[in-house]
Amino acid sequence: MTIADLIEGDKAIITSFIVDEIPLKLIEMGCIAGNSVELVQSAPLKDPLYLNINGTFLAIRKETASQILVKKI
Amino acid sequence: MSKLLNIALIGNPNTGKTSLFNTLTGLNQKVGNYPGITVDKKTGKCKLSDTISAEIIDLPGTYSLNASSEDENIAVKVLSEKGNVNYPDIVVVIADVENLKRNLLLYTQVKDLGLPTVLAINMQDIMASKGISIDIDALENELNTKIALISTKKNIGIANLKEILVAYKSIPLVPCDVCDTSILIDKSLNKKQQQHKDTVKRYQFIKIALENNYKVEVHRAKGFRAKLDKVLTHRVFGYLIFFTILFNIFQALFIWSEYPMELIDSLFAFLSDWAKGNLPAGGFTRLLSEGIIPGIGGIVIFIPQIAFLFLFLSILEETGYMSRVVFLMDKIMRKFGLSGKSVVPLISGTACAIPAIMAARNIENWKERLITILVTPFTTCAARLPVYAIIISLVIPKGNSFLGMNNHALVLMSLYVLGFAAAILSAYILNKTLKIKSKSYFVIEMPNYKMPLFKNVFYNVLDKTKAFVYGAGKIILAVSILLWVLASYGPGKEFNQAESIVKIEYAHLDENTLESKIASYKLEHSYIGTFGKFIEPSIKPLGYDWKIGIALLTSFAAREVFVGTLATIYSVGSEDEATLMEKMKKEVHLDTMKPVFDFPTGISLLLFYAFAMQCMSTVAIVKKETNGWKWPLIQMFGMTIFAYLVALVSYQVLH
Repeated sequence: MTIADLIEGDKAIITSFIVDEIPLKLIEMGCIAGNSVELVQSAPLKDPLYLNINGTFLAIRKETASQILVKKI
Repeated sequence: MSKLLNIALIGNPNTGKTSLFNTLTGLNQKVGNYPGITVDKKTGKCKLSDTISAEIIDLPGTYSLNASSEDENIAVKVLSEKGNVNYPDIVVVIADVENLKRNLLLYTQVKDLGLPTVLAINMQDIMASKGISIDIDALENELNTKIALISTKKNIGIANLKEILVAYKSIPLVPCDVCDTSILIDKSLNKKQQQHKDTVKRYQFIKIALENNYKVEVHRAKGFRAKLDKVLTHRVFGYLIFFTILFNIFQALFIWSEYPMELIDSLFAFLSDWAKGNLPAGGFTRLLSEGIIPGIGGIVIFIPQIAFLFLFLSILEETGYMSRVVFLMDKIMRKFGLSGKSVVPLISGTACAIPAIMAARNIENWKERLITILVTPFTTCAARLPVYAIIISLVIPKGNSFLGMNNHALVLMSLYVLGFAAAILSAYILNKTLKIKSKSYFVIEMPNYKMPLFKNVFYNVLDKTKAFVYGAGKIILAVSILLWVLASYGPGKEFNQAESIVKIEYAHLDENTLESKIASYKLEHSYIGTFGKFIEPSIKPLGYDWKIGIALLTSFAAREVFVGTLATIYSVGSEDEATLMEKMKKEVHLDTMKPVFDFPTGISLLLFYAFAMQCMSTVAIVKKETNGWKWPLIQMFGMTIFAYLVALVSYQVLH
């Protein structure tokens, strides 16, 4: 499953992603395999997604979120 | 003799970097430019001790030194080029205490450059309420540096930071040594993959460094943010609140700036009169009173509106609310080829397109950014207002028509709506026609909510207003002077012998009428009059005469020049003291004796000004931001041809 499949309040661990498919800035902000991610909230039209990655609150589009594989905890 | 140290300030966005800069430098700061690019360079002086002062440079906020934008590139250049004029003696990395993990990534990168690097951990004041504890001594050992725990909000720890800076020679220069050089020479990886591996390594280092020295009791005080988010990004209330705020901002903008604008207007009118009456008569006095003073007045009059708009915008940014708006609007804006981040440029555009277009820089996706840059000038900027104001009061009858709303206000509001509609629709068309492939990247930090700091808001408003006055001001002033020269001199004998020609032709007139006849004859045959007549055939179908033509031409430099030009044309053309409006009302077409500014011409002018690209400063900034002439030229011709066609159709239908 990917971040895009999470529902509000779900917590997960990032397992893998293809580096070339996601912005470097996101990696620098803590999107790294092994780090935690929580779906805080979806925007009213279900996109973008408001996340807490490794302690940083940020929003990304669903398109990017669906590139990041996670394991739910 | 006091010593001057160069200190560079760097940090993630939303860490209070600018607050620290403002605290250290106060009013001793200035905004300049790095050579060749439009990134603002903020520097300021600060006294560290009795004998040592520092020149502090505030580098653009960045999450890392892997530069991906022009702003970030500057930071890398300043910190890594030993020959750079701004190369610092010390670097201060400022970090947010709540998110040390992420902030230390930048710290490790800076530290590896081999400069004395001090870590300033900000927001010390929230540590207790968030349950955060740090073992500073142990962390200093892990990170091989000096740490200052500060609060820019409560003004805590600044003296300690200064002491550390004075004693910078004792800071070890050893790098964190996390950069694994084998990554950087691995040919099987591309640059981004190398940067990914490098980032992973650094995060591992940070994790170990923080392991025992940084503790957070998790379940403390998380509720406020979540509760506010639920309301502010709610699918109904979220939009409702946003549009209510927007509406109130616009209303306040008008009401609050009305009085200072009137004051400025009469002040410059007074100055101009005074110069005319008290300085020795001659060419220079006329240039001063008819060219330079009204020219400067034309710039100063926009200061209240621009300052108020940036006051509201920086409060929205400072509180953290703007990120929520971006989050809320992204999906909708994307349907039109824009980004949620286009909201800020589009709102700023209602003051001035120049800072608005610069605000488009943080849009990651090139296509979305380009479309934002191209459509922003459609929004009704402050420079259009004087044009709208005078035309509306000339051609729209007073009174209430719609829901008790004043006719004039209604038309003005429709023009605002029209501007936004034109921006959104042209974005939609551009999105469908531009064949640019770029990844749909979009990352925005959702910072904590906080009370805006007065000093940050104040300096931000000051910077933005100054940038407008110096940037756009130079062009407006130059055009007013040029205009005056072109209207005061002319080719051929018609201009030079105006007096005798008119005297022969109108021998029966009394002295006063004769004077004004001579003046208007002179204007007609001046350089600018000749040019206005030359283009008259092409603007006649729009309902304009050659005098409007001149104003149209000069306002290609800046829209508000329109009013100034008409003022110049009509005051140059007659000596009586009636206001510009009354003069415009009296203007008639010489062939038909019908008023020039009638309803069809007025509407046609309003529409032309709503759509045409008449701002040299905007063209210049678009050229800089898009690295070439292609897009500014497409934008200028596209908008202006569209404006011409709309004005043409409206005049021909209404006429």
